[in-house]
Amino acid sequence: MSEKKEFWRWKEYRWHDESIDWKGADIISAGVDIGSVSSQAVIMADGKLYAFSNQRTGFDSPESANQSINWAMEGTGLTLKDIHYTVGTGYGRVNVPFADKALTEIACHARGGNFMYGPSVRTILDMGGQDCKAIRCDERGKVEAFLMNDKCAAGTGRGMEVFADLLSVPIEEVGELSLSVEEEPEPVSSTCVVFAKSEASALLREGWPKNKVLAAYCAAMAHRVVTLLERIEVKKDFAITGGIGKNSGVVKRLEQELGLESLKSNYDSQIAGALGGALFAQALEKKRRSV
Amino acid sequence: MITAGIDIGAKTIKVVLADDGKVLAKSLVPAGIDTAVATRQAFDQALSAAELSRDQIDRIMATGTGRKDCPLTDDEITEVGAAAKGMNHILKTCRTVIDVGAEEGRTLRCDETGKVIDFAFNEKCAAGAGTFAEGMARALQVPLVELGPLALTSKQAVQMNAQCAVFAESEVVTLIHAKTPRQDIARAVLDAIASRIISMVRKVGFEKDVALIGGVARNPGFVEAMKRGLEMDVHVPEDPEYVGALGAALAAAGAD
Repeated sequence: MSEKKEFWRWKEYRWHDESIDWKGADIISAGVDIGSVSSQAVIMADGKLYAFSNQRTGFDSPESANQSINWAMEGTGLTLKDIHYTVGTGYGRVNVPFADKALTEIACHARGGNFMYGPSVRTILDMGGQDCKAIRCDERGKVEAFLMNDKCAAGTGRGMEVFADLLSVPIEEVGELSLSVEEEPEPVSSTCVVFAKSEASALLREGWPKNKVLAAYCAAMAHRVVTLLERIEVKKDFAITGGIGKNSGVVKRLEQELGLESLKSNYDSQIAGALGGALFAQALEKKRRSV
Repeated sequence: MITAGIDIGAKTIKVVLADDGKVLAKSLVPAGIDTAVATRQAFDQALSAAELSRDQIDRIMATGTGRKDCPLTDDEITEVGAAAKGMNHILKTCRTVIDVGAEEGRTLRCDETGKVIDFAFNEKCAAGAGTFAEGMARALQVPLVELGPLALTSKQAVQMNAQCAVFAESEVVTLIHAKTPRQDIARAVLDAIASRIISMVRKVGFEKDVALIGGVARNPGFVEAMKRGLEMDVHVPEDPEYVGALGAALAAAGAD
């Protein structure tokens, strides 16, 4: 009996910097981002990224928060009581049982983006699992304006998961495969993911290869997001965070349509929110000690 | 004069044969992969049900989203025009027609002659169309035809937050995990479709009598949700999915 492969299921992972000895740190801070699809925990030692985890959000937000932080701490010797201050963020931010404070994901993404991409970043596009946010910020990572779509799956990671499953292509490979077309096809015309799926099925029946269908969908997704960005007016420098930031098929087409390249970072694009939370936590702990 | 109305929808094709307003035969077939083949099949089924041959049909008129691809005629009438004409024939006092199909929702206001005064439609989003109910029935593991009757047994209204059909599917799964009774989830799903449709209806306005047509009108849970939302009774004709095809057949007879 063969098990049905879940092509949408992306790899979960954790990481920590073995060159850092957290015991020597003055402030250990943490940010936990409970998104609707994925959850991340970031631990910083004196403002340096020390450890993080990235996993799927379960049905129980507090449980997801506990799992995230425990996984980030795994193998480091850290325990919850070693962390001085924790900020919860994301749609499940009020359900982080061990958090000292909850902050919006908009504020955290701007702050995290500022750290990841440097102070020149003015526009951050966060393409998450169930929403898409365009954030404009200043050189300190403070939010100046934002727009968001959280009503519709078009332009979100969930939409891409649906397509990965439909075409039986592992989600991590969608971007590269979509770029292997010789000629760019017309974008999928339906906005709605449900209708786009029917449209794609019809294209497959017509004999379109998988890469061409994916190219048409990535282009449609890029176009959808560009209309959101245009409403907020993109200022340089520009950066993309969130899971779709790892999909070159969407990123390249988006850059092309905008006529603007996005900044690259050595940090994982999915941890921006949690990282911002940990940075806020560090500042808040400093403030607490100074009073 | 014997005429045929063919309604080429996103999921099904409906044919009505009529003789001066009197329905002779009806047929419905899934649209399938090849619309032209399915349309001919539906037409032939209706012909054999009425024991007629092709050359006995004086005129054919097409309607529905696929009307431009009808292999049997170039004569066409818009979905809204056909719905108003068909419904006016069934119920002269009808002034508002709400048509919920597999992939579109439409609403129109018409006068006593069946002439359209104003209309609106949604074809961009699956929430507010039959596809939404189909997806949610799948998530609930309930056959689509049982979704409505199941919803009618609900004693408790549950709010759905998601508007998008893709997000709603995850929400239904979350509700199942939270041990929410299935009948309450079924009702929440149908309430959600009704609420999307009603916000569109309110933009155009509505007055008595209100008729509900299209395949989704077959769902008794949805009809209840619409009555609750509109706070008035709605009329559901006997064969709600054939109203558009009937309207097209009538238009064919009236056209010169």
